[in-house]
Amino acid sequence: MSFPAPAENDGVDTSPAVADDVKTTTCYMCACRCGIRVFLKNGQVRYIQGNRNHPVNKGVLCGKGAAGIMNHLSPARLRKPLKRVGPRGAGEYEEIEWDEALRTAADWLSNIRATDPKKLAFFTGRDQSQSLTGWWAKQFGTPNYAAHGGFCSVNMAAGGLYSIGGSFWEFGEPDWEHARVFLMFGVAEDHDSNPIKIGLGKLKERGAKIISINPARTGYAAIADEWLGIRPGTDGLFVLALVHELLLAGKIDLDYLVRFTNASWLVRHAPGTADDGMFVRDDTGRPMVWDASRDSPTPYRDADQPDLANEHQIEGATAVPVFKLIAERYSDSAYSPDSVADRCGISAATIRRIAAEIADAAFNHAVSLPVSWTDTHGRQLETMTGRPVAMHAMRGISAHSNGFQSCRALHLLQMLIGAVDTPGSFRYKPPYPKPVPPGPTPSGKRTQPNTPLGGMPLGFPESPADLLYEDDGTPVRIDKAFTWESPMSAHGAMHRVIANASAGYPYPIDTLFLYMANMAWNSSMDIQGTLDALTAIDPESGDYKIPHIIYSDAYASETIAYADLILPDTTYLERWDCISLLDRPIGEANGAGDAIRQPVVEPDRDVRPFQSVLLDLGARLGLPGMVNDDGSPTYPGGYADYIVYHQRTPGVGPLAGWRGADGARSGKGDVNPEQLDRYIENGCFWHEEIPASARYYKMANRDYLDWAVSMGFLAKAEQIVLQLYSEPVQSFRNAARGHGSHQPPDNLRDQVQRAFDPLPNWYPPFEDSKTDTLRYPLHALTQRPMHHYHSWGSQNAWLRQITAQNRLFMHRDTATQLEVSDDDWVWVESRHGRVKGQVRLVDGVNKDTVWTWNAIGKRAGAWGLDGEVPEVTKGFLLNHVIPEKRSDGALSNSDPVTGQAAWFDLRVRVVKAQASEAHEAAPQLEAISPPPGQPPRPPRLDYGRAFRAKIGAE
Amino acid sequence: MTCLPQKTDRKLGLVIDLDTCVGCQACVTNCKEWNTGGHMAPLTDVQPFGPGADGVWFNRVHTYEVATPDGDSRTLHFPRSCLHCEDAACVTVCPTGASYKRAADGIVLVNEDKCIGCKLCSWACPYGAREYDATEGVMKKCTLCVDRIYNENLDEEDRVPACVLTCPTGARHFGDLGDPDSAVSQLAVQRGGKDLLPEMGYRPTNKYLPQRAKADHQTGAGPLAPLDETAGATGVLAWVDRMLTRAG
Repeated sequence: MSFPAPAENDGVDTSPAVADDVKTTTCYMCACRCGIRVFLKNGQVRYIQGNRNHPVNKGVLCGKGAAGIMNHLSPARLRKPLKRVGPRGAGEYEEIEWDEALRTAADWLSNIRATDPKKLAFFTGRDQSQSLTGWWAKQFGTPNYAAHGGFCSVNMAAGGLYSIGGSFWEFGEPDWEHARVFLMFGVAEDHDSNPIKIGLGKLKERGAKIISINPARTGYAAIADEWLGIRPGTDGLFVLALVHELLLAGKIDLDYLVRFTNASWLVRHAPGTADDGMFVRDDTGRPMVWDASRDSPTPYRDADQPDLANEHQIEGATAVPVFKLIAERYSDSAYSPDSVADRCGISAATIRRIAAEIADAAFNHAVSLPVSWTDTHGRQLETMTGRPVAMHAMRGISAHSNGFQSCRALHLLQMLIGAVDTPGSFRYKPPYPKPVPPGPTPSGKRTQPNTPLGGMPLGFPESPADLLYEDDGTPVRIDKAFTWESPMSAHGAMHRVIANASAGYPYPIDTLFLYMANMAWNSSMDIQGTLDALTAIDPESGDYKIPHIIYSDAYASETIAYADLILPDTTYLERWDCISLLDRPIGEANGAGDAIRQPVVEPDRDVRPFQSVLLDLGARLGLPGMVNDDGSPTYPGGYADYIVYHQRTPGVGPLAGWRGADGARSGKGDVNPEQLDRYIENGCFWHEEIPASARYYKMANRDYLDWAVSMGFLAKAEQIVLQLYSEPVQSFRNAARGHGSHQPPDNLRDQVQRAFDPLPNWYPPFEDSKTDTLRYPLHALTQRPMHHYHSWGSQNAWLRQITAQNRLFMHRDTATQLEVSDDDWVWVESRHGRVKGQVRLVDGVNKDTVWTWNAIGKRAGAWGLDGEVPEVTKGFLLNHVIPEKRSDGALSNSDPVTGQAAWFDLRVRVVKAQASEAHEAAPQLEAISPPPGQPPRPPRLDYGRAFRAKIGAE
Repeated sequence: MTCLPQKTDRKLGLVIDLDTCVGCQACVTNCKEWNTGGHMAPLTDVQPFGPGADGVWFNRVHTYEVATPDGDSRTLHFPRSCLHCEDAACVTVCPTGASYKRAADGIVLVNEDKCIGCKLCSWACPYGAREYDATEGVMKKCTLCVDRIYNENLDEEDRVPACVLTCPTGARHFGDLGDPDSAVSQLAVQRGGKDLLPEMGYRPTNKYLPQRAKADHQTGAGPLAPLDETAGATGVLAWVDRMLTRAG
């Protein structure tokens, strides 16, 4: 409804022309990937609006997205390829032409590929084109590839994929329409930014209860009905105490457990043997249960009345149902609310009450939708009934050394109460769920010159045989992913690359090729150590220990100064991109989706989109799939050509919409040369709804599974059985106990045994045992403000006006004890180092925790900013005090299962700065020179003046 | 001094839900990007990449911790913009007639051609809603997107203020608060919509919906009773056996 324009006669033009043209594309102001409409006037961006039809944001746009104009016009934009002419880190560069830049890169890379392809380490940061970059690495023949997942949220992804075949964010979402209670654990507020905000609005409208479990009471927690300021690193313990309460009260969904999980599967109890803890299987490998109606072991799929409660003797061995192990484990008083309360910082009474509220919602207020459906056993059901308890978690749980198991604990809780893909609970987003474990396994052993890898470099190990060691025992990968240090490192371990490459351990490399990751600043632990590694010189050769560094980015970040060759990328409004189902999907629980970016404005600088540059390099190197038989490039039109014409397997390409010669097919189909036109006509996205009968119970819903197979998401329409108990995890534990031909080194046996528990467990974050916690009694965390995305926000003229300095948030009571007052300058000290910043006292934080906004602090000279800005003089990074190993003997500050960077394990103390000390952030690193050719900083910005239509002026 | 209209045909304004606002700043930057090219363009930024960066913003969000009656505290995100008061002191104080309230819809605007930049209006406004553009030498302020809400060049559903259009949580609502049957008026009544500083007597048009009391949200679930006080896992397993046998 709108109002008719009144006749006010005050000379106000109430209907000015807004745009000459409106183009749709996809936002890139964070990782959320919302649909946007870009209003263009006189070739300039007048306004960016959310796309109402888009499945991700449904028309809304966040604070970052609406400030996109200022990132697009940032003075920190790189303008031309650069080559280093001074020492690394000094920022002395010369502009070069693209031809020279590409020839230089191709020379380095072709030499590597012809001799030892592993000597290229290609890591791509916050890349939204991983299906291209991963494939490129495979075709090049290097296993040394990953994006930033290892230092972001791999625990969440792996914990979920190995348990329920899905996870949060891109894998699934709360049932916002039906949830009655919503538990939100430690959410980084830019992960699934707008969908969560839209969902919270819906919950508020319906009066659902929102419970925030987070050491800091920031944005989402502020509107929660209940905030539980938990102690960092204890979420898993809290969740297992809820499990304890629910189990002992019988508040679990037995029918769900029998039908959809492996609760009834029999586990072999044979301590000391190689198959202890493995499932009892028949000759064809099918997992067995004890069928009470037959009184005999029976394949799970065929059993009528599986026994969950009793152990049985099968062929002389004891076999125990998974559920019995669960009941015995978690009913133990070690998991009682009284036992965990102090460690979690949440009272036992509160834990009991939350458990009761979960049980009440789940079992007294079940949601039943009048939708008939058929399960994979052919049973027809007239309704879809579910448990309206939804959960969401993200980095807060993930970024600890116990994160993998904490994430699994959360999924255990969901499964026990029947709250996975049922009405009111958590819902998979297609193409999830995937089989558990998801496969394929990682590739990369025995690389050969000029030869692609046999498979993709990243994957999901199922047993120790899938680890990546060469025949001589050397780790295959430079980041030591898929080794005993972190066997299930499904996203690689980008945070270990620079240190390992500089140390030549496990082997030296030749070229480090990075894309869009600020590794010389806020994306690394121990920043000074990282800078030392980037600039370390081999005394024998006199050359850098990492001989070549190529970096591609759109902006003059802190990392630019450390590269030898810089390939300037475009902004997000100047490029083609695809948000592919082969990569990190978008979409929502009712349908599958993917999207594109199209250039809405032309670059005014000599820059090229990274993905097209990568394909150009691939063609110059003659990589299979990127050159035709005659040597000409397969994708002469760059990334746009690849998006349309590339096929990963016959009929499956980067985009799933409008496939087939006539554009009539979805999911699988021939190449459609007009595919991009169809996307643009539809608002630059494709979205296909799941049939109504297929929207819940997707793991065992025949209509869903058939649909998923028809779309190419699944190979077979078979039930995906949710895994309460993880057999792949147990297989690593058995190896640590001395079984099999692949065993961990002795120094890691205990760690592997402890961490690889087939049932979710909890152990204190590793940093607690490496630190004197009496000396460093506080936990320290970062969170991201909703209006900044990592380090990008500070170059944005508007966003930096909202936050240009980060404070150290500290509880008032804690401050009183430390004799610290509001606005004081303090040192934050860890066992590794110290930083100085300014405090802000609050009530809304766990008393044993201090925290700050991440990546607001900047190094002088970077991001197009004046060296005296608050980001430099007052902003600080906790990264300086986060320890990371810099020697071969020490272990990385990571989760022992997945290698996830344990950012939030940090322990510190806070000491008031002396009155004589400067009110300035410390450490202050020497200013870096901005790249040549950067425009002068404008003293004033009056963007939009040109758009103003004066009455009578026309 | 400038006169206010006797009455306005409509009282267009905003209803802002403080129980739902997460402080994400979407309304802040969307307002900025629309209005810097809109009716009062530009919304100038001074030293945008230097220390002391300062710009014109029609809408800002502040975050506070506030004490609750039970002695606890809550975090409150508070969006602040012009309230388009019925008795707008910023209008009556204006010496040139630049500041005025529209008779048709109640929107308070500034006619820049008449504004001499004396800043009396910003002194008069207790809400801090006026934004002086030192570069231009004139006072600027929220226009309630007067160039959007009637704009026939926009899709009809987009004819709302930019801050409302973009709000991800749906915490901002736009409509005629002079019409008691309008959705915004009804919402304000249902949720106990509040005037800001009512004691000042400026009769703001915009309403704020207060945070709901925490007590409203307890689910009322009673404590869980164990299946068997003493038996632990044995009790659980015996219960499971009974349940499954019955089901079978």
